[in-house]
Amino acid sequence: MTETRGGDRFFDRVVAATPGGEKLALCLQCGTCGGSCPSGPDMDHTPRQLFAMIAADMEEEVLNSNTPWYCVSCYYCTVRCPQQIPITDIMYTLKRMAVQKGKFKEAEAADFSKTFIGMVELYGRSFELGLATRYHLAHHPLKMIQMSGMGLKMLQRGRMALRPEKIKRLDQLQAILEKAKQLSAQTGGAA
Amino acid sequence: MSTDKKYAYYPGCSLTATAVAYDISTKAVCDALGIEIKEIDDWNCCGATEYFAINALPAYALVARNLALAQDEGHSQVIAPCSACFLNLRKTDEYMGKYPDLGQKVNQALAAGKLHYDPGSLRVRHLLDVVVNDVGLDKVESLVKKPLYNLRLAPYYGCMIVRPDSGFDNVEYPTSMDELLRTLGAIVVDYPVKTQCCGGHMTQISDDTALDLIGRLLRSAAEYQADAIVCLCPMCQLNLDAYQDDVNRKYGTDYKIPVLYFTQLMGLAFGIPEKKLGFGKEMVSAKPALAKITAEPPPKKKRRVRRPKEALPMPGQE
Ligand code: SF4
Ligand code: SF4
Repeated sequence: MTETRGGDRFFDRVVAATPGGEKLALCLQCGTCGGSCPSGPDMDHTPRQLFAMIAADMEEEVLNSNTPWYCVSCYYCTVRCPQQIPITDIMYTLKRMAVQKGKFKEAEAADFSKTFIGMVELYGRSFELGLATRYHLAHHPLKMIQMSGMGLKMLQRGRMALRPEKIKRLDQLQAILEKAKQLSAQTGGAA
Repeated sequence: MSTDKKYAYYPGCSLTATAVAYDISTKAVCDALGIEIKEIDDWNCCGATEYFAINALPAYALVARNLALAQDEGHSQVIAPCSACFLNLRKTDEYMGKYPDLGQKVNQALAAGKLHYDPGSLRVRHLLDVVVNDVGLDKVESLVKKPLYNLRLAPYYGCMIVRPDSGFDNVEYPTSMDELLRTLGAIVVDYPVKTQCCGGHMTQISDDTALDLIGRLLRSAAEYQADAIVCLCPMCQLNLDAYQDDVNRKYGTDYKIPVLYFTQLMGLAFGIPEKKLGFGKEMVSAKPALAKITAEPPPKKKRRVRRPKEALPMPGQE
């Protein structure tokens, strides 16, 4: 399942896979996005740099950059961009492309997303305890110890469920998601 | 604005667990204000900020199932108290209409579960919007029995309630919660970082990034001598409350700033017992802050508290 629709150019594929993505061609390289970004200091490339790289079809470098994975979806860049480029949505597109190609350095962020949606597909609801256990055991077992102190306090305050809540019509939800995945595969993941 | 005060209620996963205080206090306050809410039967998770990172169409379909269920129940408006749920529901409704190809595919997927959603048929609202704009501050004021005199509050909006374009308040400098809290009798500090990011899911991925962002928000609230931070999103509450210890450890600080939901403070001012508002579930106790509330309004000060220079709103800088 790769995002191939929209021609061979990497730039075109990014555009095709993002609703309203065609605006990316209008980027002025003004840097407003990077200057607004709370994660900027931890990113390999600022959003502005990343967009220059996309325009230059530097697929490898873009999909290997940690930048999309440090995007926290705060939408500051999106509301400030003078060209109204849907930057946050483009970050989501790049995450999806990186996951599909198995690229990304930041395996942890991708795995967190995957573990999260695994829970949702299984129960119809997210399940914090299950999520924390699975994800942290795989990535940083030490963090489990630190987390367990917090988890205990959350349990004492009735803020953490020990068992997942399941929706009633799980089969209905699963049928919908299955169909959506089929459709997505047919169109090369473009949405 | 709509006079019909009936709404579908989409609590979202957090309100069933980490943010149960938000759920309880929302119900108590809606009851007092005459906002009729009915939980969408068998709703599912909205996918938070995770599903869109993996596969877009299933992510939209996941959200759309909830919209379809609410539409089938005959609703025209849905309330989401969680900002991430609010954004996802709103965005899915909007994109399904704006990008017909997407809308059609999402409906093809929904059809596999015998559901259908007509984009535009539901208005997705955040609870704060409904309280301030449908009910109105006059009504809120009429219900205040125990004003929150002397309590200094830092209103924290975070990101997704106003951005990218929810339309009911300014995207960078919203004021609706400020006004609401003032109506309750509290002193509202001009919290310059009110729409900066709480770190979102970074607490799970990178401690450094997350604690830096959380630390900024706490530091600013402390500089303004806020007794509490008031929020309207379970993710913001969790990050600021549960990670406050970690911030203190990392930066050698000693913040003990309770992080409360605006609904809890409304309920308190309405004279609803604390227990029915989920107080006591916060990690950083609200007790010392609540003890500051006085029966009489504070004497009017001539000079306003000066804004510290280094706390000017400069996202991404510091
Ligand atoms: S703010 Fe918009 S126009 Fe400016 S560099 Fe960023 S994406 Fe390009
Ligand atoms: S939405 Fe993402 S890229 Fe844009 S400013 Fe926020 S964190 Fe940075």
